[in-house]
Amino acid sequence: MAETLDIRTDNTELTTREITLNMGPQHPSTHGVMHLILHLQGEKIMKAEPDIGYLHRGMEKIAENLLYGQFVPYTDRLDYLSSMTNNLGYVMAVEKLVGLEITERAKYIRVIVSELSRISSHLLAVGAWGLDLGAITMVIYAFREREMVLDLFEMLCGARLTYNYMKIGGLRGDLPPGFKEKCAEFIKIFPKRVDEYETLLTGNRIWLQRNKGVGVISAKDAIDLGLTGPSLRGSGVKWDIRKDEPYLVYDRLDFDVPVGTNGDCFDRYMCRVTEMRQAASIISQALQQIPDGPVNAEAPDIVSPPRQDVYNNMEALIHHFKIVSHGFKAPVGEVYASIEAPKGELGYYIRSDGTEKPFRVKIRAPSFVNLQGIDPMSRGAYFADVVSVISSLDPVFGEVDK
Amino acid sequence: MEANEIEKENVLLEHPVLVQKVKSRFGKSIIETAIFRGEITHVIETKDIADVCNFLKYDPDFQFNFLSDLIGVDCRPLNSYFEVVYQLYSIPHKYRIRLKVRVKEGENVPSVTSVWRTANFAEREAFDMVGVVFEGHPDLKRIYMPPDWEGHPLRRDYPLVGYKDQYNPFGVEKK
Repeated sequence: MAETLDIRTDNTELTTREITLNMGPQHPSTHGVMHLILHLQGEKIMKAEPDIGYLHRGMEKIAENLLYGQFVPYTDRLDYLSSMTNNLGYVMAVEKLVGLEITERAKYIRVIVSELSRISSHLLAVGAWGLDLGAITMVIYAFREREMVLDLFEMLCGARLTYNYMKIGGLRGDLPPGFKEKCAEFIKIFPKRVDEYETLLTGNRIWLQRNKGVGVISAKDAIDLGLTGPSLRGSGVKWDIRKDEPYLVYDRLDFDVPVGTNGDCFDRYMCRVTEMRQAASIISQALQQIPDGPVNAEAPDIVSPPRQDVYNNMEALIHHFKIVSHGFKAPVGEVYASIEAPKGELGYYIRSDGTEKPFRVKIRAPSFVNLQGIDPMSRGAYFADVVSVISSLDPVFGEVDK
Repeated sequence: MEANEIEKENVLLEHPVLVQKVKSRFGKSIIETAIFRGEITHVIETKDIADVCNFLKYDPDFQFNFLSDLIGVDCRPLNSYFEVVYQLYSIPHKYRIRLKVRVKEGENVPSVTSVWRTANFAEREAFDMVGVVFEGHPDLKRIYMPPDWEGHPLRRDYPLVGYKDQYNPFGVEKK
């Protein structure tokens, strides 16, 4: 350490020798297995280099060797805090490739579960952020409501983390009895709970000092770096795929897209909090508008028959077996479908060569692209601010490393 | 077949600028143009890709200021080349367009990092996974795999279970 304290005093400004500090891969504030190489001048960050790949499982390679339908459960393991939206992005891309239109009821249910997913993801983002900056109460509060969302998901599909709820052409099952009531109850109390978080954090002097003016990025830089989601909107760019290229039934629902003005960590926090309130409003509108009807599209080559028929009817069982074991052929071509996931633009590029397996699947993971923001955001800031910056980008490493 | 023809006409009517203006400006650089499921794809000559991207980003009719994704694809064994796919988005006009370049093994692609900084990680990923080399990239190194890794995992000839070594006893024996 003595070497690094080699202070030169011939200049008016005190400079020390630049040191390199490895933050992670095992560090509680890096939200997973991120290795951040920090170049420090005293306590100031000169450069922050993210080193990733510790969780690389070769998802895209696996996808090339599976049938289209078989890859859905793998997408759960990408952004594992918001598995529903990962399912949604993938099944939407495959449906676009084969030209399949899903039913109205399925569209509404998909909107409801993706917004619930957004709430649970933002709750964890804000909760873990509080934890990182010393506001430990916040994570307890956030988990209280996240638990309620997970209970709702458990009613839908029996799982609490990796849902595998969506399938190509529809959903694994309709809403169970009692779901709508329980969901409506949650939506009724949730805005009050968001008020509680805001009482804890928004006006908190320490929270403001740690986040206001920290990790500032201009709108131009944010677009240039490809930031999406709350990380982009915090800088004042009003771009949300749900509004600008509406998919499912988002064009029939009334909601606002919150944007920040300064592009600092605090604005990104406010975007997430407001998005949670908007998500609650979207869910309550969708619950009112949801029509009755089937949840699976009428497409016998792609969608297997209803489960009740599979159990009672020989032809339906054969049909089900055929789809599960042989899959379906997709037309030759390439598509790119993207959705507004809680972290930003989640896109799937699928190329088909006309067989039952995709020729190439490329996942545009929002966390991976957003990670490029760490360097420009933390340059010139203090070491402690890096923790705020990482939390404000909310990376999930299942998705970054694929 | 007929449905696809109608779809093509609809796209041309909706966004004529994306096909006609690009073609008239860069007629010589465009190898082919395809429309599938409402998405426009231009295949560009490799040497011109940076110029085309630069034009599309700054021209007021396009303003493709956002690079959604950059994808490396190994097109063997059907074709003998690799493709790099650029998925562009214009926030002001809400347009999407796809550009492609085709390169043979050993050929380089001009980097677009000077046009969009997003391309930095994306090109590193394409290099790591498929082995396409980008000329002019500030720091082209592996991103997911360790620096001493051999081979590019997303190439078609790379085995799914990997190659056999001390850490991977179930891998395929290397020839």
